[in-house]
Amino acid sequence: MKDLRHHFEAPLRTTAFHERIAAANVLNEWAPWAGYTTATVLEDAETEYTAIRNTASLYDLCPMIKYRITGSGAVDYLNRLTLRDVSRLPVDAVHYTAWCDDQGKLLDDGTLFRLGETEFLLCCQERHLPWLADSAIGFDVSIRDATDEIAGLSLQGPCTAAVLTEAGFDVSALKPFRIARYPFQGSTLTISRTGFTGDLGYELWIEPGLALPLWDRLMEAGSYCGIRTVGSTALNLARIEAGFITTNADFVPADQAVREDRVRSPYEMALDWMIDFGKGHFNGRRALLKERDTQSGEWAFVALDIEGNVAADHAILYDGRDREIGQVTSAAWSPVTKSSIALAHMRRPYDTKAKGGIWAEIYALRELHYVKLMMKAEIVARPFFAPPRRRATPPGRF
Amino acid sequence: MQSFDAIVIGGGTNGMACATRLTKGGKRVLLLDAADRPGGAAIGGDGASGASQMPLAHLLMMLDPRVHAGMDLDQHGFSYAATDLATTALSATGDHLVLEGPAGASLSGSLSDTDRDAWATLRKRLLTYAEALVPFRALTPPRIARKAGNDMLGLAKIGLGLRRLGRDEFREFLRLFLINVADVLEDDLTDERLRGVLAFDAVLGSWLGPRSPNSLLVYLNRLAGEAAGTRAALALPKGGMGTVADAMARSAAASGVTLQSGARVERILIEDDRATGVVLTTGETYRAPTIVSAAGPKQTLLELVGARHLDTGFVRHTRNIRSRGGAAKLHIALTARPDFRGADLATRLVIAPDINAVETAFNATKYGEVPERPVMEIVIPTAHEGAGADDPHLLSAIVQFAPHDPRDGLDKARKQMLANTLGVLEDHAPGIGGLISESELLMPQDIEARYGMAGGNWHHGELSVEQMLFLRPFADVAQYSTPIAGLWLASAGSHPGGGISGAAGWNAAERILSRVAA
Ligand SMILES: Cc1cc2nc3c(=O)[nH]c(=O)nc-3n(C[C@H](O)[C@H](O)[C@H](O)COP(=O)(O)OP(=O)(O)OC[C@H]3O[C@@H](n4cnc5c(N)ncnc54)[C@H](O)[C@@H]3O)c2cc1C
Repeated sequence: MKDLRHHFEAPLRTTAFHERIAAANVLNEWAPWAGYTTATVLEDAETEYTAIRNTASLYDLCPMIKYRITGSGAVDYLNRLTLRDVSRLPVDAVHYTAWCDDQGKLLDDGTLFRLGETEFLLCCQERHLPWLADSAIGFDVSIRDATDEIAGLSLQGPCTAAVLTEAGFDVSALKPFRIARYPFQGSTLTISRTGFTGDLGYELWIEPGLALPLWDRLMEAGSYCGIRTVGSTALNLARIEAGFITTNADFVPADQAVREDRVRSPYEMALDWMIDFGKGHFNGRRALLKERDTQSGEWAFVALDIEGNVAADHAILYDGRDREIGQVTSAAWSPVTKSSIALAHMRRPYDTKAKGGIWAEIYALRELHYVKLMMKAEIVARPFFAPPRRRATPPGRF
Repeated sequence: MQSFDAIVIGGGTNGMACATRLTKGGKRVLLLDAADRPGGAAIGGDGASGASQMPLAHLLMMLDPRVHAGMDLDQHGFSYAATDLATTALSATGDHLVLEGPAGASLSGSLSDTDRDAWATLRKRLLTYAEALVPFRALTPPRIARKAGNDMLGLAKIGLGLRRLGRDEFREFLRLFLINVADVLEDDLTDERLRGVLAFDAVLGSWLGPRSPNSLLVYLNRLAGEAAGTRAALALPKGGMGTVADAMARSAAASGVTLQSGARVERILIEDDRATGVVLTTGETYRAPTIVSAAGPKQTLLELVGARHLDTGFVRHTRNIRSRGGAAKLHIALTARPDFRGADLATRLVIAPDINAVETAFNATKYGEVPERPVMEIVIPTAHEGAGADDPHLLSAIVQFAPHDPRDGLDKARKQMLANTLGVLEDHAPGIGGLISESELLMPQDIEARYGMAGGNWHHGELSVEQMLFLRPFADVAQYSTPIAGLWLASAGSHPGGGISGAAGWNAAERILSRVAA
């Protein structure tokens, strides 16, 4: 085994796809993600975004934290850990879920893959091994951090079904949130129809040793439509349009928050639709029942359409011009909707009754000087962008 | 089947006090105990005498006066064989020091006048502080939260009591609150025997050495107890500790409690997030809308309830309740009266020659080792009553410190602990080894197995500053209630801690009666 004492010599690790991504990263723009080097932009963020929305894009998912959860108690364990009823998740299906601490405050959200009757993969943004391990007390279950064992690749865009077919993986029957397996060079490629773009797309899971051959196969298959490697900047834009939240961007996990008022419950992040009070006990259940019954949630999570074309990152929100009522967490100028969109925390009850209208205080940096803009905002439905092609089965050919 | 308003799990002194108080409050109560007789650590022999028939607890010093009076114990066969027991700080040379009266009100033996005066001053101060803690014992601990339903009047009174100390004394109280007992004793006293016996008393039943922080506070807790109406006194029940158990059982029955022995609860039934009953190891099920557990909090929450009904953070807190046992119990039968170099056998005998002897004995346990020279408290019940001409003399000793996690395994450690203990006894009572006809040494692990105390800990969970009052056993469950509706805690693991007392059970019952509609 490698001498772990030398870990500091390489503070960031590289992923199984690094070789290809480094070659494509002409701007050499990198950022750390969960201990790995990942590309933010390779060539041009707008072009990369355009690939996501118009053709096909490849994004390196390796750093996403993955926990393998197995054992006869896995369903009971996950039911106690997470908000949704895991017994209703079929084998070879995926659901989006979240989990809370004792106080009913969010620790993280993620996707839960049911790979077998008693075998699951939980994917998320932050690391939670101590919490997951302590949650296992009293359950017949074993938990392993499998982040390094699986190379993950996100293939997103309207042409992706066609690209996969071209590559020899027929996904025409694969429905959203379902999993299928394909032979690949003596191993198994697992494909789930999932993604973070709100568009047609797939996530591919392969043993790390076959990461590069898979990459090459897809690149070749997608060359007809101009498939592109994309970085996190383009992906982030797509995910905001899709209305998805990111841990530590849109909420602070309860176990990391230092300030008392930063923690959020599922009610306060519009995730309460996940809560299944009927399934038996789960972490935070008593606190959440109380929150439901006393309507004690202090925050609402809303989608905003803001006038103008300056992204409202971290804008403070006002009722009228002076009463502070909230904060923008993620914002962008959305190319596909042609509007300035944002996700925001809003103090209740201003999400329903801001008498003076909602205003966003935006600082636009114009040649070294900030210009303060007060822009009218309106609460709109989330997602901002939801093309029918994302759900069509079989997917349309583009 | 008879129906009950409440089921109390565990018929130790706390369980019996709780069940009786609930019955007097109008509840129909079923009390289930795993052992073949009620009483827990107070169970005595059933007539036959012998080493293995001796109760775990051997002296009364914490009996709650509300329990004593409220259970009419005097009407049910309880009385004292000795009150205001003196303590002899044994010397291996026969130069004993005797502490007479409650907490050594007077000292006899060779001792300098300076030490006598210093002790008088220190003793007075410690008793004053202990007195300020007394009212807390009979109170549900407050919760540090808004609208927590605190007993504001009770708290105000206690606040007033502390205020009455005066500014300088209050400052001194705060200074001493978290200090280690060794520092205090070394500051004020010089006599090794006196410092040794006081250091021993401070850490008796704790997993602390006299140089461990907060060790003075547990001493104050001990001084806040009482026996036979006298603060900080020690007493011996007539007929031994077993009569306390028997009197409580009779009182419980007389008040209408249905007591069932030999009934080990395997799990607590939880339906719709409410405790609704219990299932015994035999499979029998009993139901009631209120379930009270006077078995320890760790066992209750982790085993009888189970983690799946609890939140992960809560399970962490429960598992982290510190509950290491450091006290072993020695029972021996002797063919003749032992001679501790002339010491009065009708006193409590303490072998703890100086502070460092206690600290050194504690040190060993940190490394899983048996101390070479353990320290101990000895009671010879047959010096008070009962020993007929042909009966053996009995010796009961609490020996510290036994390793909670013996490095070389339990059996080896037990043997070594017995040998080392007998070695120390031999030095103080030459020839005693030859008189032993029967002996038994219970290690903390044995105590856990026999009595069900987590880790064999005296208090069902260490009584130390971070596990006291509104932090006992931890903040979420410090008011006897639990996150599971209808489930309550009532053992020594809850406030105000252990001892043959009944205080925790009584407090829990009062809390339940005030919270649960008739
Ligand atoms: C070595 C040692 C010496 C001590 N000496 C003294 C002393 O001299 N004086 C003193 O005041 N204190 C002494 N103590 C402390 C005292 O014994 C305890 O603090 C006290 O017994 C606690 O009372 P309790 O009723 O809470 O628990 P316990 O007395 O432990 O009683 C608990 C009861 O619950 C029952 N139970 C447990 N689990 C179950 C289950 N699942 N189902 C049904 N029943 C169950 C047990 O059978 C037991 O009867 C000593 C402690 C130790 C370890």
